[in-house]
Amino acid sequence: MKPILLIDFGSTYTKATCVDVDSAQLLGTAQSYTTVEEDISIGLENALGQLREETGVREFAQRFACSSAAGGLRMIASGLVPSLTAEAAKRAALGAGAKVIRTYSYELTEDDLEEIRTLKPDILLLCGGTDGGNRDCIERNAKAIASLKGGFPVVLAGNRASAGACRRALEGAGMEVIACENVMPSFNTLNVEPCQKAIREVFLRRIISAKGLSQAQELISGILMPTPAAVLTALTLLSQDLGELMAVDLGGATTDVYSIAKGTPTRAGTVMRGLPEPFAKRTVEGDIGMRYSAHGVVDAVGLERVVEVSGQDEAAVEAWLARVKDEPGVLAATQAERDVDFALASLAIETGLLRHSGKIEEVFTPMGMAYQQTGKDLTQVERILLTGGALIRTGRAEEMTARAMSALPPDSLAPRGARVLLDRRYILSAMGLLSQNYEQVAREMMGREFQ
Amino acid sequence: MPKRTMVLGVIGADVHAVGNQILNFAFTEAGFNVVNLGVMVSQEEFIEAAIETDAKAIVISSLYGHGELDCRGMREKCDEAGLKGILLYVGGNIVVGKQPFEEVEKRFKAMGFDKVFGPGTPPETTIAALKKDFEAIEAKGSGQA
Repeated sequence: MKPILLIDFGSTYTKATCVDVDSAQLLGTAQSYTTVEEDISIGLENALGQLREETGVREFAQRFACSSAAGGLRMIASGLVPSLTAEAAKRAALGAGAKVIRTYSYELTEDDLEEIRTLKPDILLLCGGTDGGNRDCIERNAKAIASLKGGFPVVLAGNRASAGACRRALEGAGMEVIACENVMPSFNTLNVEPCQKAIREVFLRRIISAKGLSQAQELISGILMPTPAAVLTALTLLSQDLGELMAVDLGGATTDVYSIAKGTPTRAGTVMRGLPEPFAKRTVEGDIGMRYSAHGVVDAVGLERVVEVSGQDEAAVEAWLARVKDEPGVLAATQAERDVDFALASLAIETGLLRHSGKIEEVFTPMGMAYQQTGKDLTQVERILLTGGALIRTGRAEEMTARAMSALPPDSLAPRGARVLLDRRYILSAMGLLSQNYEQVAREMMGREFQ
Repeated sequence: MPKRTMVLGVIGADVHAVGNQILNFAFTEAGFNVVNLGVMVSQEEFIEAAIETDAKAIVISSLYGHGELDCRGMREKCDEAGLKGILLYVGGNIVVGKQPFEEVEKRFKAMGFDKVFGPGTPPETTIAALKKDFEAIEAKGSGQA
C-alpha cells in the first residue's frame, strides 16, 4: 500500500482525500473548517484526525495540496481592445485558475489606477497589441502601473516589441516583472499556455507564503496549483476516456463552468465570429451562487422564474432569500426551503451554461440564410459533470440539470440532452492533483467514479 | 524594415469567400502583413483589428451590391476610435446595378475612402496603389520623427 494525501484548502472547508496509488482505491475523505486567519495547519490537522480515524492510515507516502483559500488567486487583467487582447488576458487568467476581479481595456485612467491600488491584486496580467502591432497602449499602461509602486508582481504578455520598455518602467519602480510570450501573437490567435505557466510559477513562489499558507508547507510535499486549475486538469484527463464533456461547480458565492470540447460549428454554412476558444475553457459567474450570490440568480432571471420553478409562492421565496443572505451556512430544512433551493440551483446552472456556451444567429443575406456563431458550439456534448457539495446531496441534481437544459433559448449553443454525472465524493480536484504524479491512477479512479 | 500591416475583409452580410482568399494570397505574396477577417465582417471588427495590430490600411471588399449601405460612417468611426488618417480602400461590386464608375467613386470618396476600385480590378492595381500610399505615410512618419 502506498497512501497519498491530497488536500484542498478551500475558502470555507479544508478537504482531505486519501488514495492508495498501488491499488488505485479511494481510502477515505474528510473535511474541516479552513483556519487561514490563525494558522491554516489547525484546520488541516482537524481534517487529518478525522481521516486517520476513518482510514486507519497513520503515515502518508506523499502529500499534495491545491488552494483557493484566502480569496483564491486574485488577478487583474489588462488589454487593449475589449473583445481582443483584454478578453484573451481574462481567459488566460481564468484558465490558470485565477479569480479575475477586474478586466481593463485601452489606456488605464486615473480612476482605474486608484481602483487597482485599492483592490491589491495578487497578480496583474498586462497585455495589449499583437506582435508587431500596437505598442503605445501597453507601454503607457506599464508606466501608469509603475507609478503605483505596487507590491504585486506583473505578468507581461503583450506585444513583444514592448516587453523591454514595459519591464524597464515597472522594474524601475521596484515591481517584479515576469515576461512571457504574447497572449495574442497574431490577430485572433490565442496563446495562453506560456502566460498560464508564468502565473502558476508566481503562484507557487509568492502567493502561497503571502496568504499564510506556507505554515502548511512543511506538512506537505507542495501546494501545486490553485483549485480551479486542479479541476480543469482532472476534467481534461477525464475527457481522454469519456470524450467531450462539461462541468458545473455551483458554490455559495460563484458558479464555475468548464468545457473540455472543441466547440466548432455543427451546422453547415456557419461563419465563426470572435476570438478562437480554448479547448479546455473555464468561466466564472461571480454573481451566481446558492448563498452569498443567491440574489444574483434572481437579478439574472427575475423573481417570477424562481417562483415558477420552485412551485412555491413569492413570500416563501423571499423569506428563504432573506434567510440565506443573513446566514450563508444555513441548510434547507422544510419542503418549501428545499424547493426554493432547487429552483435557485437549477436557474444558476441554466445561467452558467447559457453564459459559458456560444450563440448562433441567423443572418439573412441576398444569397440566402447564413449562420454566425460566437463562442463554443456545445450542443453535441454528451456529459455534464456536477460538483460542489450541497448541490449533489439534494438528490435532485439530475432533475435540476435536465430542467436547466430544457429552458435554454433556441439561439444558445449549450448542451440539450447531456447525461448528468455526479462528483458524489468530491474527488475532482484531488484527482487533478494526483494526476501530476500518478496520471494513470487518477485516470483509472475517475473512470470508475464517473461512468 | 517591419512588414506593412493591413486589414482585409468582406463587409456586411456578404459571404463571397473566394475573392477574399485570392486577395489575401495576392497581398501576402506582395509582402504585406495581411490580417484577414474573412467574410461577413462588421465595421467594428475592421476597426478593432486595426487598433490591435497597428495596421495602416483597411481594405474592404463588397460583392453583393449593398456596399454603399455597409460602408457608411466607416471613416467617422475610424476617427472616433483614434485611427485618424488610416488608409481606407474599398472595391468590388460596391453598388446596386450598373452605374457610371466615376459617380460611384465620387460618392465613396465623399464618404472618406482614399481609393475606390470597380468590378474586375486586378489585385496588381490595388497592390501598386497601396505601396505608393504606404511609402507616402512612411516618408511623412520619418519626417515627423
